Amino acid sequence: MSNLPLLSINGLTAVSDRDGGAPILRDVSLKVMRGEVLGLVGESGAGKSTIAKALLGILPRTIRVTGGSVLFEDRDLLTLPSRTLRQIIGNEIALIPQDPQTALNPGRRIEAQLTDGLRMKRGMSVRQAHARAIALLEEVHIRDPLRVLKAYPHELSGGMRQRVLIAAAFSLEPKLVVADEPTTALDVTVQKQILRLIRGMQDKHGTAVIFVTHDLGVVAQICDRVTLLYSGKVVEAGSCADVLERPAHAYTAALLAASPRYDRPDAGLTPVPQAVFDQLRREIGTDARPNA
Amino acid sequence: MVDIASYPIQTAAKRRRRALMAQPKVVLGGAFILILVLLVVGAPWIAPKDPLEQDLMLGTLPPAWIDGAEPGYWLGTDDLGRDVLSRLIFGTRIALLVAFVAATLAALIGTLLGLIAGWYGGWADRVISRLVDIWMAFPPVLLSILLVAVLGAGVHSVIAAIVIIDWTRFCRVVRSETKSQAQMDYVTAAQTIGFSRARILFSEILPNVAPVLIALVSLEMGIAVIVEAILSFVGLSVSSDTPTWGGMIAAGRQMIYQGWWVMVAPLIALFATVLAFNQLGDGLRRALDPVMGR
Repeated sequence: MSNLPLLSINGLTAVSDRDGGAPILRDVSLKVMRGEVLGLVGESGAGKSTIAKALLGILPRTIRVTGGSVLFEDRDLLTLPSRTLRQIIGNEIALIPQDPQTALNPGRRIEAQLTDGLRMKRGMSVRQAHARAIALLEEVHIRDPLRVLKAYPHELSGGMRQRVLIAAAFSLEPKLVVADEPTTALDVTVQKQILRLIRGMQDKHGTAVIFVTHDLGVVAQICDRVTLLYSGKVVEAGSCADVLERPAHAYTAALLAASPRYDRPDAGLTPVPQAVFDQLRREIGTDARPNA
Repeated sequence: MVDIASYPIQTAAKRRRRALMAQPKVVLGGAFILILVLLVVGAPWIAPKDPLEQDLMLGTLPPAWIDGAEPGYWLGTDDLGRDVLSRLIFGTRIALLVAFVAATLAALIGTLLGLIAGWYGGWADRVISRLVDIWMAFPPVLLSILLVAVLGAGVHSVIAAIVIIDWTRFCRVVRSETKSQAQMDYVTAAQTIGFSRARILFSEILPNVAPVLIALVSLEMGIAVIVEAILSFVGLSVSSDTPTWGGMIAAGRQMIYQGWWVMVAPLIALFATVLAFNQLGDGLRRALDPVMGR
């Protein structure tokens, strides 16, 4: 059982309903094992968020899945009736959203929002949920959880809010957490703390994480394996060390060269060369969009 | 290692109260409306005379500060010898009754349709939005006169006319506000917990639409006061033996050269009331916004 992947996406294909059926995902396949962190990397528009949304059943109506399957422990999330899907999502798959500014309801207290899932999915009483919420906030290193529970979101800093969201994502002990660029909206110093926190929570609870990002530096810090997307197509996949140190595809190598390096600050930023885009276009099709 | 300092957090209720009190518009507008409410409740005790009592011997008396005034008639009398101040105070009843009931009902209907259109989108949105567009193409005052003429005069008809015409105001604003809230990540987050769409709409989105809504209700009350005055001016509101500001203005217009005060007094009352509602609405909008009011 433990050798079977927790999640396996097979040949997932999706098109946009808007731009005359422009492809969003092209035959994407990937696997996530129990308890591992998979980095889903790509430029904006590469389809990484679409995959995350498909997993959580929140695809916008303008995106249509035309083929493939999303197997979560042998159940295809794409064909399950919505009632069953709602059971799985939230209970077994949870989300850490991108922007802590808007991911908490500005009009409700932290306590109410943090305990929504506990009360609804676990049937906890208000008092039980309160005690659990305090424990969760302590787990994400929030000092004085009682005060935070009483606060409204705008009374907290961005880092604090992201901690609350992480606590909420782990509150129901899910098997899989989808982290949708959870550090993009944060200061660099806070970013590092949040990454360490996610990794720590993941380790402690044995949760698998899909980490959506465009930042290869973040991948290096947190991921076990990496899948690189370009224009909806998997360009490269493998263990984090392999991909980052011995990239097999020219695009990966070019992206690595284009990333700022703290150990060579004066090396300058190398743009991805045109030849690489030409190669990608040959491999994927003429409508592959360079989006850099 | 990753501990971060805890921030001073005031209790939210206290903060909100302070934000409200920091808005002079809320304080002044609210105080004026409160005084009007007291006048409505206490009219029989506060009014110095019976508003319907006629005394032709005391007709067209000037206000107290002008020569020839009778003691006890502070704002003078009209041509039938009825006390202007008492009629003004009793007229507040109809004005506020219409303001509160009509604005609340219009808000209920408009908000419900606006929420549905903004949240569910699709054909529901198309139908409701087109309906609003068509509705707004009618000239409102003419439509209200027409409606009351069809429904028959009376305070019920006035309220019905205002609700039928002005629900669109709420619908438009609530729809667009709902649409922009629906884009927020917290709505997505609520979906991933597995809340039903209806529950997300009422327990997540509606509270965030509420500040705008409350402000709009206050503005609508001002509009309702004006519409009621217009309809009673043309004699389509309550029967003529109930004092109304619009009715007083109409009567005062007939005798403007003999006794200008009969018309000016209700005009000032009308003006001040509408101004108070508008200022209150504007102040509430600023104070209740959870982010602006910090």
